[in-house]
Amino acid sequence: MSSAHPIKGGRSRPSFLSFVFRPANPGVGSPAILALLLTPGMIIVAAFFLIPMAFVAIRVADGPDGLATYFVILTNGRYLASLVQTLVMSAGVTISALVLCGVCGLFLVRNRFAGRNVITAMLTLPLSFPGTVVGFMVIMLAGRQGVIGSITDALFDEKLVFAYNISGLFIGYLYFSIPRVILAVMASAEKLDPQLEEAARSLGAPTWRVVKDVILPGLMPGLISSGAICFATAMGAFGTAFTLATDIDVLPMVIYTEFTRNANVAVAAALSIALGILTWVVLTAVRCLVGNAATPGTGGGA
Amino acid sequence: MQRDWKFYAQLFLTIVLCLFIVVPIVMSALAGVTVNVFKGLSSGLTLRWIFEVWDLYAPSILLSVIIALTCLAVTLVAGVPLAYVLVRRPGRMTRLFEELLTLPVAIPGLALALALLITYGGVSGYRSSWLFILTGHVLFTLPFMVRSVAAVMAAMNIKMLEEGAASLGAGFWRRFFTVIIPNARPGILAGALMVVTLSIGEFNLTWMLHTPLTKTLPVGLADAYASMRLEIGSAYTLIFFVLIMPLLIAMQALAERGKHRPKRVDTAEDTL
Repeated sequence: MSSAHPIKGGRSRPSFLSFVFRPANPGVGSPAILALLLTPGMIIVAAFFLIPMAFVAIRVADGPDGLATYFVILTNGRYLASLVQTLVMSAGVTISALVLCGVCGLFLVRNRFAGRNVITAMLTLPLSFPGTVVGFMVIMLAGRQGVIGSITDALFDEKLVFAYNISGLFIGYLYFSIPRVILAVMASAEKLDPQLEEAARSLGAPTWRVVKDVILPGLMPGLISSGAICFATAMGAFGTAFTLATDIDVLPMVIYTEFTRNANVAVAAALSIALGILTWVVLTAVRCLVGNAATPGTGGGA
Repeated sequence: MQRDWKFYAQLFLTIVLCLFIVVPIVMSALAGVTVNVFKGLSSGLTLRWIFEVWDLYAPSILLSVIIALTCLAVTLVAGVPLAYVLVRRPGRMTRLFEELLTLPVAIPGLALALALLITYGGVSGYRSSWLFILTGHVLFTLPFMVRSVAAVMAAMNIKMLEEGAASLGAGFWRRFFTVIIPNARPGILAGALMVVTLSIGEFNLTWMLHTPLTKTLPVGLADAYASMRLEIGSAYTLIFFVLIMPLLIAMQALAERGKHRPKRVDTAEDTL
């Protein structure tokens, strides 16, 4: 115990790099090694992300309205409407996916029954489907030749077709998100300590209290990170919309149209920046909010 | 009694979700081998559409595989050390860098592609090669690799492991390759699965970055959906499924094996 003091007192003056990376943890490599480890990632991020983004920011000012082009998303009614529509849809997709996959993922981890592995494999099947394929799946499901259309046609004599508008897009993004969220939920559910839950039950906690105070906090990191990916995808992807119909007024489609058909690079760049910043702000806000709320919640629950 | 009711309700929801995922896949796969989709399966089965797709799009399918594997190599080399530093040195700088790294996920692919086009579009040799698409893919997939590896590293009490190894005299590189990486294997495998599958399926960036000579699989798919008959689109989708499924299954099996391996090593050492 007493031997800890001389070591602390004898700390040498920190070099520049160890100053940058805060005081050393015991066991970590030297600052030079850490810098070396960071190098490849740093180069990629700087050369292909930071510099190009700076160029985009400069390019916006070349637009018809100069610097005012930055705010075109707020001043132009059409862009603003499409922004609101994109936001509402993305939030809806994220919440639906989290609720559905939270229930199913937990169920699949907790219970052993015949066909469980097959179901898990099936649910994670579309993990690698590009947006275009997801769009095609929506057409197969709810398009003119789709399953839902055929079933409703046989039952009610009316073909239910909703693939080629925003509800088709909603279905598509849900389809896209389910595998990701379910994998995340299952990964965190497997790490949950069953003893905590048993302890809560043995102390007389009802099921909803166990879910709220023991299971949900344990799943939270997985739910947050996968929900964030869900939201970001729904905000920025355009493959699905591209396959379903080119006149769906979500922001990525608007950007694409401005860039390719109207050759309006400045406005497209301004809209991209706005969309990027907005998505990032929402993601960060959610993370901070839930991250701060989750910790006292677990403590104060007892 | 109550528990049974809940069990079946959850099972029902899971099965509905499962059908939602699987039914369109099966339908599209069947459409790819049907002589005439509008007449249905009774018109007979054929492989004609598959061969036609292969004749039309084989180069784009091969290019996608090459890009995905190269992308995996780059993200492994750059991402694993990055994750290690982020976990081991939680400080203001690393926090900032972590935030920076998640930006390519938050910022839509379209915007990234736009930025790359504006910056490097004039470099003709680079712009027209598949390396241009690879750049976009690496940028997009790197955060997934880092996050996946960092999550496992954060959970495994890396500090204690490293201190143990260091007290036995292992230098940094020895610890990194023989203690940290083997222990982070589940995260690395999950990240690799993510990177390869994301790269093969990437469309948002690729659609903007591709040239007529550097088409990837999803670009070809969009092309087929837009301009070919339904059977060709379905057959192409079927080829995509066949390509991706063994990959998914192999990687999942690998991850499963990685989960069990440490136990075996432990028992072996115990008996020694």
